[in-house]
Order: sequence, then structure tokens, then C-alpha cells
Amino acid sequence: MKVLVAVKRVVDYNVKVRAKADGSDVDLNNVKMSINPFCEIAVEEAVRLKEAGTATEVVAVSVGDKSCQEQIRTALALGADRGIQVETEGSVEPLEIAKLLKGIVERESPDLVILGKQSIDGDNNQTGQMLGALAGMPQGTFASEVKIEDGKLNVTREVDGGLQTVSLNMPAIVTTDLRLNEPRYASLPNIMKAKKKPLDVVSPADLGVDLASHLTLLKVEPPPERSAGIKVESVDELIDKLKNEAKVI
Amino acid sequence: MSTLVIAEHDNASLNPATLNTVAAAQALGADIDILVAGAGCGGAASAAQAVAGVRKVLCADNAAYEHQLAENVSLLIAELGADYDNILAPATTSGKNTMPRVAALLDVAQISDIISVESADTFKRPIYAGNVIATVQSSDAKKVITVRTTAFDGVAAEGGSAELVAVDAVHDAGISSFVGQEIAVSDRPELTAAPVVISGGRGMQNGDNFKLLEGIADKLGAAIGASRAAVDAGFVPNDMQVGQTGKIVAPELYIAVGISGAIQHLAGMKDSKVIVAINKDEDAPIFQVADYGLVADLFEALPEIESKL
Repeated sequence: MKVLVAVKRVVDYNVKVRAKADGSDVDLNNVKMSINPFCEIAVEEAVRLKEAGTATEVVAVSVGDKSCQEQIRTALALGADRGIQVETEGSVEPLEIAKLLKGIVERESPDLVILGKQSIDGDNNQTGQMLGALAGMPQGTFASEVKIEDGKLNVTREVDGGLQTVSLNMPAIVTTDLRLNEPRYASLPNIMKAKKKPLDVVSPADLGVDLASHLTLLKVEPPPERSAGIKVESVDELIDKLKNEAKVI
Repeated sequence: MSTLVIAEHDNASLNPATLNTVAAAQALGADIDILVAGAGCGGAASAAQAVAGVRKVLCADNAAYEHQLAENVSLLIAELGADYDNILAPATTSGKNTMPRVAALLDVAQISDIISVESADTFKRPIYAGNVIATVQSSDAKKVITVRTTAFDGVAAEGGSAELVAVDAVHDAGISSFVGQEIAVSDRPELTAAPVVISGGRGMQNGDNFKLLEGIADKLGAAIGASRAAVDAGFVPNDMQVGQTGKIVAPELYIAVGISGAIQHLAGMKDSKVIVAINKDEDAPIFQVADYGLVADLFEALPEIESKL
């Protein structure tokens, strides 16, 4: 069984992002970039399937400029076998990424595609589902458990009310939620080995995709600031303030 | 111009998130129809008919739609959506699951999690865990949108008399099936709709200690939430998580107990009207957004609060 796993290069989750002074975009100068945390969980799940003998090959793909090869190498260091970079410039919208990934799916014919449920930059939560629709594949989104039984993929999903389990025909798509697994750290020998693993570069044209733009970013701005309130000295004071000042209890 | 709102429901009744979504639809200024797709969903469809300001309720009642499987429902919405300029759903796990498939089938972008409608094609939405608000303009003829429900006050659940239209279209992709679910049963209000929310974090130390929040929640009619740290540690189940990738809440009163205040948690609650933080670390970032901060050991403060309420 072949597993395709998608990874995205994003601002590190510890960085507090700010809007540029002119409001044209966010300021990403000199900030630390990392693999999107949900994508890291996706890589871990794929590698575990390989270690369990269920998967035979794990292919990591990323869409972006040359710098995203760094995140593909991270995936290779975590245990993916080879990488593919779809070379693009500037920001690419989720629908277009889904079209590019569909092109990769047609080339690679994976039995399972694992993606993060959302990236922590755009917070869109779209790409996996869009790929599902375009490729005619079923999806187990927001997964907290993935099992393969009798040729079907059983996915337990984190939904608003609790947990839901669905059974999917394969090939299928999984998008990861936080509790699916705890990603490992790449060891130094594996980081060294990852440098020698194959990494192909393809263009959107190679995949027959003509990139389009549907949305224009007009402005970015900071959210309304909440100013810090006061510290109360005691439980009595707190209850008094809530009753008589805020009037919320 | 017309807008189709996808109802969130359990076949028997309508989830209030639908009312917030209709409110967002009203801001677009077009005629509003609601789609209720389910099985044995007559109860939800009747409730949708009563919603204020709705023209028609489309009811697609078929076994294929019983569990809202995205593979099936997205085909239905994409077909019906041909007649509409806008298709809106609440940004619940159900809306997030289905709508991107609809957008891809229609070859348009999805605009996720909008918090305001600036004009018929321009919307505001939070990015980077709400640290930045983006204003985006869509050039697509058809807009597929999910709505952050806390950003729109729901329309009245009563007072409307929409026409009911049965939809016969059956789309069963045959590639997925429902196996089962574990849905938390609670007498407390639903987290995203509760007027008061009290949440515990890593400082609670274990799941048993969440009982300390229950007595206060009972007295205040509050829902109980948790930070990601508490869920990851296995103290409480995932449906209690408040934050960037969990539930977004904006109650009248939010009480954060033993929660440090990571960006990802603040993203889920900082639009609450009044925020109280109880933490023994006086430098915890949560105090920077709290209206009232109490630096105290929660194991002493919580029983005292419960006894004095």
C-alpha cells in the first residue's frame, strides 16, 4: 500500500504574527518557518503505517517555492521514503493546491492520502476535502484514529458532539486532528539520511494545472485589542465585581 | 440574487447555528432559502420553515443523507447550488467537512469562517489563529462560505412561514458509510451556545478535578470547556476543547481556570464579553486578556466560589 502525505511550510506555531504597518499583508520577514503541526501528525501516521507493515511506501509532497524542500526533508527525516515538490511562486489558494495534489494522485495512485486538517496560517480547513471531491475519493476528516480492516478504512472523527466513525472505500483521504498521534522527533542520523533520499521537482504545467486566483487579499489588520483588566484580591471581590460591575451573574 | 443556507440539524430539530448563518445570509441582502438534508428530517424542516426571514425550505429526505456524509450531501448541495449566488453553512465540524467539497465541485473558492460581510463579494475572516483579520474579495460568480456563528446574532427561530419544497434528488456516492458515534450527553447547555462557560486547563491536574468546575457550572447555568492541554493530557474528551482548532465560544462570561492562555486557546474565547482568569501564576498570559484576574490556587478558590455563589 502506498501512502501520499501532504506537508506545508508555515510560520512556526510559537511565532505571534502581526500585520504589516501598511496593512497589505502579514509581516513574515525573518520569522521562523516550520512544518505545519497538523502535517507533522500526518507524516507520523503514514510512517507508523509503514512501520506496522501496512504501508510499503510513504511519499511526501509539498506545494511551494524552493524553500518548502526544507519541510519535505523534515518529512523524509521522520521516515517518508521520497519527496515531491510542486514548484509554485507566491501564495496558492486551497482549491489550486487541491488541483495540483489531484495531479500527483493521478501520477502516484496512492491507496491513502493523509493531510493536516488545516494549516495554522490561513486556517482554511479546505484542501483535503477539495481533493476528495476532485479525485472522487471519500474522506475521513478531523481523524483521531485510523484503522484498515478488510480493505476498508475506518476513521474515527472528532466532531462537535463527540466522536463519529465512518467506513471508507479505498483509495481514501484522511485529514488529521490533534489526537491522532504524537509526532516523533527526527534523530540526527535520520536527518543526515534524509538528505540522500530522492526529491523530485514538478511544475503545475507538468500536472496539467493552470493556476487561477479566486480571492484577493484587500487588507490585513490586527483584531480589536482586549485591554487587560484588573486583578482582584479575593473570591469575595471577584463575585462582587461580576455581580455589581460586570452584571453577568 | 438568492442565498442557500445549509441547515445544521439532527433530523428532529434545528441546531441554533443555523440561525446565526441565516443572519450572515441576511447581510448579503438576497432572498434566503434553507436546505434541510437528512432522513426522517420533517421535524427539522418544520423548524426551518418557522425561521424569520426565510423564503423557502428545501427538504431532501433520503437515507443517503441521514448522517450528513460529506460525499453524498456535497453532491446534492452542488446540484441545488446551481440556482443560487451564495451558499452558506455554519463553520461547525459538519459545515467544515462538507462545504469544501461543494466548492471544489463548483470550481470556486471557499471563504472559511467569515466574521463579517462587508459587501456582496467582500468578507472579513480571522487568519493566524485570530492574530490577524483579513479582508478578502471573491471574484467567483458563486460564493461558498462558512460562517463563524459567534460573530452573527441569530435570527428569530419563530415568526416565519416559509414554503416547504420537497427535493427528490438522491445522491449516494456509495464510497462511504456511517459506522457509529459517541456523542456526549449532558444536561448542561451546549458549549457554543451557553451564556456562561467555565473552562479548565492543565492546572486542573487530572480529569477528576474537573468535578470542581461542575458545582459552579450548575449554579451559573454554564457549559464546561477545556484547553487543548487538558484534552491532550486525556483529562477530558475532545468535544470540550475551546481554541483555534476546537470550538469557538463568545459567551457573556468566560471563566478560565488553570489555563495559561496560549495563542491557540485565546483564539477560541477572546470575543467573550467578560473574561475571568484564575491562575496561580501571576505572569500567565491569560491575565493580559482577562477583565478580572484572581491569582490563587484553584483548589482553594473553586470551592470558595461555589459556596459563595
